[in-house]
Amino acid sequence: MNAPAQTTDWPDRLFDTLKRADIRQVGYVPDAGHARLIDRCRADSQIRDVVLTTEEEGVALAAGAWLGGARAALLMQSSGVGNCINMLSLMRTCRFPMLMFITMRGEWEEFNPWQVPMGSIVEPVLKLCETQVYRAREPREVEGLATRAVQQAYGDERIVAVLLSQQLIGKKVWTR
Amino acid sequence: MMHGRLERRAAMATLLTDRGDDLLVVPGLGSTTWDMAALGDNDRDFYLWGAMGGAAMIGLGLALAQPKRRVAVITGDGEMLMGLGSLATIGIQRPPNLAVIVFDNGVYGETGMQPSHTQSGADLVGVAKACGFPICLDVEDEAGLVDLAGRLKRLRETLFARVAIAASEPPRVLPLRDGAALKQRFRAAIGIKA
Repeated sequence: MNAPAQTTDWPDRLFDTLKRADIRQVGYVPDAGHARLIDRCRADSQIRDVVLTTEEEGVALAAGAWLGGARAALLMQSSGVGNCINMLSLMRTCRFPMLMFITMRGEWEEFNPWQVPMGSIVEPVLKLCETQVYRAREPREVEGLATRAVQQAYGDERIVAVLLSQQLIGKKVWTR
Repeated sequence: MMHGRLERRAAMATLLTDRGDDLLVVPGLGSTTWDMAALGDNDRDFYLWGAMGGAAMIGLGLALAQPKRRVAVITGDGEMLMGLGSLATIGIQRPPNLAVIVFDNGVYGETGMQPSHTQSGADLVGVAKACGFPICLDVEDEAGLVDLAGRLKRLRETLFARVAIAASEPPRVLPLRDGAALKQRFRAAIGIKA
């Protein structure tokens, strides 16, 4: 990833938001866009970082965490949203809080056409699943939207997603 | 091939005799949820009517959130097969208070008894071992079941057990199916403020 320098601190603001919200379990499928945030979570002794084999595991993890009184968050890339759809039924039926941060692919300057089909339907699909969807296009928007998302997920017990536009992440470098 | 296998309702009763207030149970959708309900309604059971493939991960989130209580996921082979990757995920976390127990009858009981992968050789105990579960048990008789029940009472390491049960269809006993109510009463039962 070659994100411009001025955009590189939003993962730290996102981490601060998770800490303020007392998030104790963070599930993720490794993702370049979330790499900095994943590193911060892994380094924090109060956060249990849970590497997943598929994103839907993180939905079920969050349900279990809340049954036990703990708050969780799920980090993923846009392609992971498709993997979560059926498991989100659990959250809807039982009104579990669900907090998701989704790095977008398949939009701004995407080189890989295989990312487009899922990336292009993330918003409508999540909305069909009764998810409140926010989108951060600028680095300065991330912290405020994340704070709002935490309030809604855990205050109202509902599914909330913050989409992090591909402009925030930068282009994937295809040469080594 | 099913002859001599354990009867599911009796096996569930043996496992959960004098279960103790600190045992929280997540049964997988379908037969294991009906088996749990047949033992009597319990606020500390989170009955699943859906979320196929998610039972073990719900157990993981709960076990990490409640390290002083024991958590047992008790699910079927079909449900476990759908979430096989979660065994790899749990194998990394290894919470000492989590047991994943699979009632393996080799068939998809809710949908007409079609054969599952375990009947053709898929080895769930082998998978759990390969994923790093410290204790992996293959329970095939009453003595093994009693041993498992004892280990569940003094759970100190992440445990996986496959219990060979007969492919029977005992009468359905249906628990509460309002998911929000199940969630609220479960949290209240273990003292979590709304």
